[in-house]
Order: sequence, then structure tokens, then C-alpha cells
Amino acid sequence: MIELKQLTKTYKTRNKPTTALANLNLSVQKGEIFGVIGHSGAGKSTLIRCINLLERPTSGEVWVGGVNLTSLGQKELQIQRRKISMIFQHFNLLSSSTVYDNIAFPLTLIRTPNSTIKAKVMELLSLVGLEEHKDKYPAQLSGGQKQRVGIARALASDPDVLLCDEATSALDPQTTDSILNLLLDINKRFKLTILLITHEMHVIQNICDRVAVIHDGDIVEQGPVAQVFLKPQHAVTREFIYRESSGQNAYNLILPNSNKGFTQRVKITFLGEQTYDSVLSQIVRETGVNFAILQGTISTIKQVPYGQLLVSFEGDPAGIDQTISKLRARNLDVEVMN
Amino acid sequence: MNLDFSLIDWEEMGQACLDTLQMLGYSAVFIFILGLPLGIILFLSSRSKLTVMKWMYGVLSFVVNILRSLPFIILIVAMIPLTRSIMGVSYGVEGTIPPLVIGAAPFFARLVETALREVDRGVIEAAHAMGASTFQVIRKVLLPEALPGLIAGMTITVVTLVSYTAMAGMVGGGGLGDLAIRYGYQRYEKEVMIVSVLIIIVMVQLLQMLGDRLVTHFTRK
Repeated sequence: MIELKQLTKTYKTRNKPTTALANLNLSVQKGEIFGVIGHSGAGKSTLIRCINLLERPTSGEVWVGGVNLTSLGQKELQIQRRKISMIFQHFNLLSSSTVYDNIAFPLTLIRTPNSTIKAKVMELLSLVGLEEHKDKYPAQLSGGQKQRVGIARALASDPDVLLCDEATSALDPQTTDSILNLLLDINKRFKLTILLITHEMHVIQNICDRVAVIHDGDIVEQGPVAQVFLKPQHAVTREFIYRESSGQNAYNLILPNSNKGFTQRVKITFLGEQTYDSVLSQIVRETGVNFAILQGTISTIKQVPYGQLLVSFEGDPAGIDQTISKLRARNLDVEVMN
Repeated sequence: MNLDFSLIDWEEMGQACLDTLQMLGYSAVFIFILGLPLGIILFLSSRSKLTVMKWMYGVLSFVVNILRSLPFIILIVAMIPLTRSIMGVSYGVEGTIPPLVIGAAPFFARLVETALREVDRGVIEAAHAMGASTFQVIRKVLLPEALPGLIAGMTITVVTLVSYTAMAGMVGGGGLGDLAIRYGYQRYEKEVMIVSVLIIIVMVQLLQMLGDRLVTHFTRK
């Protein structure tokens, strides 16, 4: 649905040219929620603004819905943009218009008859739960309500793609969750392709299907969220994940030297229903190995449960090896540390 | 100080009031018609990344600055041939309107430019992202969002015009300023001067109040 080819964007500043995006390639499938995560200054903002050409890339191509946007003239671009909606960190609503008129705005751009506008706006107001606020001005609304207006406005033109530019970064955690649930809901309901950028890992964890990590203007890691989240490869990715879980980076965990004989540290990853099964205790009972839990998380990735345990096995080496292979035989991911 | 207000010719005073209001009204309309587009062009060209537009901004900005720095009294005199060819006369109420317009339109244009700069860039960007054309952005985003600022700018302009019309009295422009200068200053009839000045003060107060009310009414923030 979205295809970025060899995208490069450099800014000319007074002293030296700065590279915001360097030969970046990215492909987003129809109907998925794709998240791009990165630190501020990593280029994620430039990336999303290049997709609807609010920023012109220095070189490279932007394809959306099979159309090469970079090749279009101003008029054709305006037409294509109606199918690519966007919501913003600071909402960007018309302060001089009511909630109703804000949502109607994209439709008034294309001379839609008033009766059609009214039906559409009322439908969207009920979708985002703001029926009783339709005659209010944005200044009278809370942040979460403003973003709901932003989402309703974005949906008014029946878009194929929704771009979310740090859409929840200005909201408190509770409001963030309600907005994320709304995005998840409209993604399912309208089969809408969503590309979002964020610096918060839990946004990715909650609603994204796939994720890309952007660093210094290029994508350093990408894949299904579970894969990237549970087995991060790049240092930047790991940092995002461990900061989010407020736990220590398992790879840097410092443990006292034990004198309990042979021990082996392993990281076991559970995914799906298995997370709630008593697999580990069944297996250690069979092999006679003891274990201590050093660190552990049980949570969900887009409503799929997962667990990750850092355990230290104690016992004879053969028993530990047997335990590991039995765990693997149950389709658990076991990473031997040291 | 002895004041004898019975000396005042109230009929003449009434006529002068009417003249001033006419000058204000007509020139305000033309200032709006000329100044608004000029201000929009100034704003758009200052934001544009195109070299042609940057040049245009430079030129327009220069012309606007010259017209604004010219003392109004000199502008009136310098414009006499042009005024005569447009209005047929270069004195009286009609003769004052063209210099008023040329003198104040650039001033208003600058105020329009400033008011448009106050519009949140994010909102303009959002409209572009929704596929709005430049014209639609102007009509549906810039002007409605900047409306309180535009009204405030128009109020300031009209209040400034009041003092300009008084200066027009120096060259026989008619109106309250004319009256104050001819009777009060040249003939030492203090009473006429005092009453004319008082009326001008009241007029300015009322205009400012009206402007402020409208600004409050249209402010949604």
C-alpha cells in the first residue's frame, strides 16, 4: 500500500547539509498497522511527512496505492492526498470552527452536498463518541477529545491510508490507551492501512502488526512486532524495549557469583496461549533440575499474550541440557546466555 | 479663558462630522479591498520556498515600506495629479479618499500579514495534507482563523485614518480636522477647535470599542 524507495532527504542548514533520511526503503501492506519507532531526531517525523509530500524528498520515490506521488503535479497530488489522511500530535484543528465543521472540512473541500456531509459527520461523531460535543469549539475540549475530532476528520474522506504523527504523545496514559483502541477499531472496521510513528514502545506493542526501528535516517531493524519485541537485534531496539519494561537490560544484568555448583542462565520466551501453561514446572520435575527466576515479564503484544523469563538452572549439566531441549521441543524459544 | 460656545455654527459642525464619516467609510472599504489581498500576497510570498516568490516579497515589501514611511501630508500633495484624474477633483471629501487609501492600505496590508503569521502552521499543514488548494487554504483556513486579528487590524487602521483625515484638513480636505484647523488654529476660535477635537476623540473611542467587541465575539481560543 505504501512503498518508499531509496528515500533521501537532506536539509540545507547554514553550516552544513543535514541528512534526515538516507536511502530508506520501506513497504507497508494493505490493512496492517505499521509502526515506526525512533528517538527524536532519528528522522521519523521527516519520514511520515514525506509520505503525503508535506516534505519533498531530495531523492527517491513515494508510492501510495500504486501511484507514484513524487511524479505528480500539484493538482493530481491534491486529489491523491484525499485518500491519505493524517492525524497530528497537536491535533491541528481549526480553532475557529466547531467540532462539526472541523469534521466536515475535508468534505467541503470537494463540494459535497450538505445532506451527504451531515449524514457522514453524524456517523463519525457517533463512531468517536462525541455526539453531544458537536457544536463546541476545540478550545472547549480535552486533549483526548481533540484527537477524536482529528480522527473523525481524518476518516471523513474515506481514506485508504491513515498517517499518525505522534498522535498520542501529547496525551496522558489513559487517554492514550483509549485513542489506541479507537485506532485498532477503525483499522479492523474499515480495513484501513495505518502507519504511525512514535517514540513510545507501548504504542507499538499495543496495536501494531509490524514495526520498524529508525535510527540516524535509516531503518536498522524491522519485522513482526512479536519478533522484534522478543528478540531485538539492534542496540537501539533493545534500549527502547528495556526502557519500556522498566526492567534492566537482561544482557547487562549483574549477578553475584553463586557457589551452588553448576548453573546455566537461559532466557525463555513464551508466546500465545502457552504463556499460561505450566510447561516449565512440568519439565523441571521430569529432569530434576532446580531453577531460580532472575527476571520476568508477562504481558501482551496486540492482545496476544507472551512471557519472557530469565532463569538460572541449577543441577548437573546433562540434566540442564535435557531441560533446554525439552523446552525447545515444546516450541518455546530458549536462548542460552553467558 | 473665556469660552463662548454660542459662536459655533452647529450646522457646519454636523456637515463636518458627516464628511469625516464619509471619508472614513469610503476609504475603509477601499483600504480593505486593496490591503487584504496585498497582505495575503505578502504573507504567502514570505513563506514560499520559490525564488520568484522570494523576489516578489522583497519588491512588495520595499514598496509597502516606502508608502508607509512617506509623511501623509506629502503623499496628499504628491498625489494631486493622480487624485484629480481618478476623482475629478483634488480637494474636498472626494479628493481626500485616494490619498487616504494609498496611505493606509500598505499599513493595513502589514497588519494583515502579521495576523496571518499568527495562524498555527500545523493547521495550514493539515489542510494541505487533506488536499486543499492554496485558494482553499486562504479562504477556509487562513482568513477564518485570523479573523479576530484582521478585525483588530482594521480597527487600528480606521483609528489611524481619523487622524489622517484631520491632516487632510490642511489641504482643504473637509471634515472635522479641516474645521478644527481653519477655525481653531487659523482664526483663533478655540470653541470650534475644542468641540471638533472632542467629537474626534469620541469617534475614536467608539470605533475602538466596536472593534474590540467584534474581536472578542469572534475569538474562539
